[in-house]
Amino acid sequence: MDIQEYIASGILELYVAGSLSDKENEEVYEMLLKYPELLTEVQKIEGTVSTLTSSVAPLEKQPSFKNLLIKIIQDKETNPKVIPIDRDRRNWITYTGWAASIVVGSALLLSQINKSSLSEELRETSAKNQQFQEKLKETTNSLETNKTLLAAIRDKNVISIPLQGQKVSPDSYAKVYWNKSTEKIYVDVQGLPDPPKGKVYQLWSLKLNPLTPTSLGTLDNFTADATKIFSITNPNESQAFGITLEPEGGSESPTLEQLYTIGVVES
Amino acid sequence: MELEQLLKKFKEKDALAFEQLYEMYYKNILGVVFNIVRDNDVAEEVTQDVFMKAWNNADSYNAKKGRFFTWMLNIARNAAIDKTRSKEFNKKSKNLDAEIFVDILQDNVSLDNRTDAIGIKAFVNKLADTCKKLIDLLYFKGYTQKEASESLEIPIGTVKTRNRNCLSNLRTMIE
Repeated sequence: MDIQEYIASGILELYVAGSLSDKENEEVYEMLLKYPELLTEVQKIEGTVSTLTSSVAPLEKQPSFKNLLIKIIQDKETNPKVIPIDRDRRNWITYTGWAASIVVGSALLLSQINKSSLSEELRETSAKNQQFQEKLKETTNSLETNKTLLAAIRDKNVISIPLQGQKVSPDSYAKVYWNKSTEKIYVDVQGLPDPPKGKVYQLWSLKLNPLTPTSLGTLDNFTADATKIFSITNPNESQAFGITLEPEGGSESPTLEQLYTIGVVES
Repeated sequence: MELEQLLKKFKEKDALAFEQLYEMYYKNILGVVFNIVRDNDVAEEVTQDVFMKAWNNADSYNAKKGRFFTWMLNIARNAAIDKTRSKEFNKKSKNLDAEIFVDILQDNVSLDNRTDAIGIKAFVNKLADTCKKLIDLLYFKGYTQKEASESLEIPIGTVKTRNRNCLSNLRTMIE
């Protein structure tokens, strides 16, 4: 293969333009791996096209990357997934089947209840009543906790930062509520899986340029905590927050391979 | 960081890698989109959509199928063309078919005080008309070899070599 001839043919210019067929693209790719000279040539062509395309950009002010991230996150929130609407007819048959069996089942149940003795019913009812009382007490307690939390995150000085799932756990998510005036953050980790035994989640405050992590502590008793909201003091000028999975007791610096979620603070 | 390394991280949905790519390619994409839609606000909006699409489809980028730059150009041209076909856009009803990127360089309004653009304008002006059109069709509009040959009424085999000559001329001037 005569490299100079290959270059002179003009195929690399079309490769950069994207005008070649899939097959030709793969052939060029193989050539680039074999001959570094060709890669250099492609990079130069790219440079020329890049100068050309950017020269016609009406660039007044480039929107910040943070804006783009926010747009991406908002888009995910409004269109979480496309659900196909063309359900076929079979579903109707299934539903009708279910409806019929529910009707028959309820009729059977009614006749059962009629047969059971009154005293037994009474005993059951009072036992249930007891259970309800206890449940009510629990609920009232957790309602109080929730009210306190809600009041804290609804404060007008609070900003919220969504943290997106990363490679190790793409479906994970979390949310940080940050009150800069009280230097308090509430992190909602409902969207994280229970950590494996011997591991613990650790929250980090990040500065982006250069990337400097500061530990905000570990989220202990993760599995036992019902609200999955942790409150932590944060005196840092954080630009982003991240959550990693670390050995029990936490780590000095984050294990980036175990980065579960990260989110950038809107300035 | 090496581009290859950066792309690997981008495919793994690393936001910091994506930020670097955004900084590297924002102007290019905006230029390509603007050439098609010819409206500052619309161009900016479509450009954001292009990067959003790139991020959402990061795992589908495959180096074997082409350069990342080329992949981005493709998304940009498609998104911009889709936009010109949308209802809201058609209300503005402009005839954009006849316009090529060179017009933007001639029409100085948005390019005032842009030394890079002024320099390029001088170089582009020296190109033959076929060159200007060919570059517009292949790089800005995403035409295939065949489409370009039909549009310019030149033999398909000539497209490849002619384009190489046009671009080489420009490259010598820029370098």
